[in-house]
Amino acid sequence: MARMKFLCDADRCIDCNACVTACKNENEVPWGINRRRVVTINDGKPGERSVSMACMHCTDAPCAAVCPVTCIYPTEDGIVLHSKDLCIGCGYCFYACPFGAPQYPQVGNFGSRGKMDKCTYCAGGGGAEAPGSAEEFEKYGSNRFGDGKLPLCAEMCSTKSLLAGDGEIIAQIYKERVMKRGYGSGAWGWMTAYREDVDVKV
Amino acid sequence: MRFPAAIRFATFVLMLVGIVLSAPAIAQKLGPDGAPNPTASVIDQQTLLKQVPRVEGRIDIPDTKAAVLIQPAGRTWDYFHEVLLHWGGAAVILGMIVILGAALLVMGRLRITAGRSGQKILRFKAFERFSHWLTAVSFVVLGLTGLNITFGKILLLPLIGPDAFSSVSEAAKYVHNFTSFAFVAGLILIAVIFFRDNLFEKVDADWLKQGGGFIKSRHAPAGRFNLGEKLVYWLSLAAGVAISVSGFLLLFPFFGTDIADMQLAQVIHAVVAVLFIALILGHIYIGTLGMEGAFEAMGTGEVDLNWAKEHHDRWLTQQLAGEDRQAHPHPSATAAE
Repeated sequence: MARMKFLCDADRCIDCNACVTACKNENEVPWGINRRRVVTINDGKPGERSVSMACMHCTDAPCAAVCPVTCIYPTEDGIVLHSKDLCIGCGYCFYACPFGAPQYPQVGNFGSRGKMDKCTYCAGGGGAEAPGSAEEFEKYGSNRFGDGKLPLCAEMCSTKSLLAGDGEIIAQIYKERVMKRGYGSGAWGWMTAYREDVDVKV
Repeated sequence: MRFPAAIRFATFVLMLVGIVLSAPAIAQKLGPDGAPNPTASVIDQQTLLKQVPRVEGRIDIPDTKAAVLIQPAGRTWDYFHEVLLHWGGAAVILGMIVILGAALLVMGRLRITAGRSGQKILRFKAFERFSHWLTAVSFVVLGLTGLNITFGKILLLPLIGPDAFSSVSEAAKYVHNFTSFAFVAGLILIAVIFFRDNLFEKVDADWLKQGGGFIKSRHAPAGRFNLGEKLVYWLSLAAGVAISVSGFLLLFPFFGTDIADMQLAQVIHAVVAVLFIALILGHIYIGTLGMEGAFEAMGTGEVDLNWAKEHHDRWLTQQLAGEDRQAHPHPSATAAE
């Protein structure tokens, strides 16, 4: 069974935000919600790195563990989905998430959070709505996965730094890159998300 | 050699020396294929995470908390909330219920030894009772809705199913958020109204030495509030402040706080809440089941004279002396100490 993961090659990412734009457009993400973002570390200094980050679809997802209404769950492919019908907008998944993936619309007074929204690996919602239907799209965004396609962010990446697909395949691709060019800062977030890392010692 | 030529020659030699000396340094910055190695002067992700608690960078969007790339503390907070808080909270709250049950079985209800006299004296005025009940009812509502966040999915979800449980939990979230203001208002009222009578006095040490009223053969003297009540006051005040401040931060997430601050606020809120609930369970016990004649103090405001004599004799004496002075304004014999 394929286990879906994301890998962002920080040495190739040029902070062009094509992944961000692709995600926002494909999923009609409302203003203020940022499913994917690019973070630049050491901006302007030697060793500047840009990393594209959304939900990593963790093993033993901490968001799923802390949810008070158990609305977050993993699928067979390792994708972490959630039910917007059950979500109460408490915000705990954001506190638990090491990557800041959960997003909330502001719906009321104070910091009142609406239903949580996050990267779905372009796999729709996995809920009661028919896969690929208009209802599912309105709630969760596009369902490319049901058509056998990979997330659009990785497909649109201008430098092929953001890789998506089966964990073993993309880890292999990344390793080969690192061997060929002689350097690699590692698979950012892999140890925290999947409790395993890609060995990039040259 | 002519002067300009000498200068050109010297510059050339210096350049050669410079290149030769810096050759090893340049060589380090080239990878095995001869291309520059951009990671030569930087540390890798694992080392970075050992040095700093979380990896932060620069972000283009207005959402500043998105600048945090990886905060591994999220998994630690998950462990606190799902493991430590569940077991610790259950132990503290259930443990308290067990202790109170044991107290009821072993000691039974503390009776008024002399029996009811049938005469009453005013202990708490209407405004004092209002402040107490405002705080008390808010506390119970906040406690139940708060416990639902932690224990609801274990206790209630299996009973009513996920859809009903989500509806209940969503309503509970809003009830919790809005009732908190009533609780804070009540807490401030209680803090101010009962401040003076809760300051520690010498008689509190005597009360403790005489067994605090739990040893039937001894008489424990007390003012308006005994040491036990004073401790409840001060502990409730401290817990109330801690829970209000942390709760306020949780109510306005990321208004001046970052992810670590929010996690800390939630930890404080949860731990203090559990201890506060245990304290108030004891308070409720002694004010209802545990002691005959106690509830009416807050219920109607008036208490039996014999009850007051047994549990708050100093206060009773002061009250009667005051009433006597009001009834007979000229100096006459007052009740003896």
